[in-house]
Amino acid sequence: MNQWEVVIGIETHTQLATVSKIFSGASTAFGAAPNTQACAVDLALPGVLPVLNRQAVECAIRFGLAIGAHVAPKSVFARKNYFYPDLPKGYQISQFELPVVQGGAITVQVGSGDKAYEKTINLTRAHLEEDAGKSLHEDFHGKSGIDLNRAGTPLLEIVTEPDMRSSDEAVAYARALHALVRWIGICDGNMQEGSFRCDANVSVRRPGAPFGTRREIKNLNSFRFLKEAIDFEVQWQINEIEEGRAIQQATVLFDPDTGETRMMRSKEDAHDYRYFPDPDLLPLVISADWLERVRGELPELPAQKRQRFVEQLGLSAYDATTLTASQEIADFYESTVSVAGQAAAKPCANWVMVDLAARLNKDGLDIAQSPVSPQQLGGLVLRIVDNTISNNIAKKVFEALWSGDGATADEVIEKQGLKQITDSGAIEALVDEVLAANPANVAEYRAGKEKAFNALVGQVMKAAKGKANPQQVNELLKAKLAG
Amino acid sequence: MIDKTLKQLSQALAAKDISSVELSTLFLDRIERLNPEINAFVTVDRDKTLKMAAAADARIAAGSAGPLTGIPVAQKDIFCAEGWRTTCGSKMLADFVAPYDATVIEKMHRDAGLVSLGKTNMDEFAMGSSNETSFFGPVRNPWDRTRVPGGSSGGSAAAIAARLAPAATGTDTGGSIRQPAALCNLTGLKPTYGVVSRYGMIAYASSLDQGGPMGATAEDCALLLNTMAGFDARDSTSLERPAEDYTRSLEQPLAGLRIGLPKEFFAAGCDAGVMAAVQEAINEYRRLGATIVDVSLPNSHLSVPAYYVIAPAEASSNLSRFDGVRYGYRAPDYGNLDDMYMKTRAQGFGEEVKRRILIGTYVLSHGYYDAYYLQAQRIRRLIANDFVDAFKACDVILGPTSPTTAFKLGEKSADPVQMYLSDIYTIAVNLAGLPGMALPCGFADGLPVGLQLIGNYFDEARLLNVAHRYQQATDWHQRRPAGIA
Repeated sequence: MNQWEVVIGIETHTQLATVSKIFSGASTAFGAAPNTQACAVDLALPGVLPVLNRQAVECAIRFGLAIGAHVAPKSVFARKNYFYPDLPKGYQISQFELPVVQGGAITVQVGSGDKAYEKTINLTRAHLEEDAGKSLHEDFHGKSGIDLNRAGTPLLEIVTEPDMRSSDEAVAYARALHALVRWIGICDGNMQEGSFRCDANVSVRRPGAPFGTRREIKNLNSFRFLKEAIDFEVQWQINEIEEGRAIQQATVLFDPDTGETRMMRSKEDAHDYRYFPDPDLLPLVISADWLERVRGELPELPAQKRQRFVEQLGLSAYDATTLTASQEIADFYESTVSVAGQAAAKPCANWVMVDLAARLNKDGLDIAQSPVSPQQLGGLVLRIVDNTISNNIAKKVFEALWSGDGATADEVIEKQGLKQITDSGAIEALVDEVLAANPANVAEYRAGKEKAFNALVGQVMKAAKGKANPQQVNELLKAKLAG
Repeated sequence: MIDKTLKQLSQALAAKDISSVELSTLFLDRIERLNPEINAFVTVDRDKTLKMAAAADARIAAGSAGPLTGIPVAQKDIFCAEGWRTTCGSKMLADFVAPYDATVIEKMHRDAGLVSLGKTNMDEFAMGSSNETSFFGPVRNPWDRTRVPGGSSGGSAAAIAARLAPAATGTDTGGSIRQPAALCNLTGLKPTYGVVSRYGMIAYASSLDQGGPMGATAEDCALLLNTMAGFDARDSTSLERPAEDYTRSLEQPLAGLRIGLPKEFFAAGCDAGVMAAVQEAINEYRRLGATIVDVSLPNSHLSVPAYYVIAPAEASSNLSRFDGVRYGYRAPDYGNLDDMYMKTRAQGFGEEVKRRILIGTYVLSHGYYDAYYLQAQRIRRLIANDFVDAFKACDVILGPTSPTTAFKLGEKSADPVQMYLSDIYTIAVNLAGLPGMALPCGFADGLPVGLQLIGNYFDEARLLNVAHRYQQATDWHQRRPAGIA
């Protein structure tokens, strides 16, 4: 792999969270009986005309502003012409030469721990278009059924530059984009229902060489498939080239069952879409006023929040990125801090990212379903930082809150008597007791065995039922042993 | 009754001299008797018509009638009308019953209370200048049944000329209201693009199509346009302007009016008989007090070639929806999906429609788009600019509507280019989006000659005024074809 460089660009179809379709008044709700959400316009009856949904345009504006792109004051809808039974008009209304969003970039965190690095992915464009219907090939005995409920659903197609160099970068980008479109409320991000689908353009080259010929993997609707498909495709392309065969431009499909990509159509079969400006729609004009109004309605964006977490709360870049991976995580974290106090920002981060995340993961829950609320977690962290309990005891309290054995950390601590012993007199008594009962360990320690010290600490903590302040125990033990 | 203007019919209905049911029956009976010879109507539904007429009578009795309530009219079969078969002159839609009303239909029938006598024949998908491309057979010109009525609104024109309907709707993409009006001795108006909603009007070339009125007189056209025009939120190209009364300046004197004669419309290429009638009309306008000025439309010779790139390009895409999947014709026997598409469209469309789909597909294809489609769009702008310049020197532009009178059935059908040239004076108006009118101005060898008036944007009321004053001074529009009682 070392001598090959992977080049990836991603096109994502995000279904916009509008009430009605992009060019008709029909509902966009998912799951209705076939063809019950298709009006005359969606059916492309003779004589019907499209009328642009302003809500879809606002979604595009929000996205453009969120990625620092140029939101075009004038963009143009064009017809993409091809025949297919689930494309009622025989053309898709899309944008071609003048898209509504031009340029922009998304910075993502790739990998974790020491290997984590930041990467900025540049975007080429994002344009508005309508979705097609669905062809149903089962249950029709040699025929196909057509469901036009989805026809006319608004999509924002988001296209990157070929900036990604590994499947990990591709997945990091897709995750960040997924979080962003949900964050700004333009897409529900439901990948099972097809609200967020990625196409990956993949090629390989020798470092420094011109781009290789790409193949496009269509319709990847999970991050895992995206990674698996790219990894397979990259290896396949390298093998082809190393065995002396040139890559042919093609569109391929990924089969999750076999983990392989297979060709759908070659370049020779590619359509000539005969794009031209749609004469039924005027150019889309976005005034400065409209733009500014939408800007005013945008929430704090992940990148802004991330920067604030670093600057105001003193978090590391990695923590700040993890905690802004979604609006839900960020909200949870901020609510936790608001209870525990800004001084506890770092322990709050650790609890949300490590303990809570692990517990949620164990039960297969996402953060919105957490049985422990941010208020409860904040109350718990507060008792750690004010030394009421130790970190170890805190884990017990957390478990109790998780299973509903108490409404607040304070209640659990009180009920179970978990309050930390900080009275140095009481701790000193315990230390004396342990030193007297373990002369062997004392002798070993004095003979230079550091390990014996830990055994003594353990004995004191055991005698205190875990509730003694560990720092005080350490200090007192050291003083006594030195004395 | 059959020779009355809309205003006279309106008065007769208001005075209870006749009911809408009686008036509609009168025309339905004429259609039943005469349509087999003329073939102006594709669909007639006596029950539906009489039901509408009865409802109109009720409105008149209740005192809630508008000026045209109860007057029967014919609808070009390009407008979708709920419950009515809507064919667009094509085998593709021969059995298509529209499930909804076009905005024009809604406004005319539901709002204004006009009664529909039925749907009129037309060139298939409005592609033609002779009405010979209709799947339902050619329409015959009531002035000479061996001749064409013009197209594509030939059925509407022949229906009015044969007095099977007092007035009708048409649509005009390159001259489809004005040319048949000229060939059948009628008055017709193509409004400024965007004045009449296109919602429910089956699209041929979206950036050029515009519905409008056809009738015996300019006043009839003004009254009908009052019911058709207006902003429609369902058509994004509809223009949001306050409602107008298009009859408001009909009587205004013409003294001081500047009429521009584009020299390109008076060069070679026009029949002498047509030109003589047009010259006589110019003299009449002088007598009415108008000033005649020379203007130029230097790019007008490019209008036919530009049109035959832009219109087919849009049509090739607009007609893609006729694929046999959801409605309309589907070939009875086919193999796979591609075969179904090919057979359905090969069998469902006529020759002229297929020719334009092929041209349109070609000019939009990769590698040809710039040379054809974009170039044609540039020419379109030049043509529009020509008019802007010309209107600096004049108020209306005048010329012939068609270079010939009605030609023989079959005379031009083998030669598409000859056929296309019959719209040589009308097409530039569509490319520029301007309003244009045709009105009777005399005869050549016994066949009607149509004068064309072109106005600046939104000058429909002025055009109607200029036409109306001429009709006050002349009686060409009152001539009726012989042999139709």
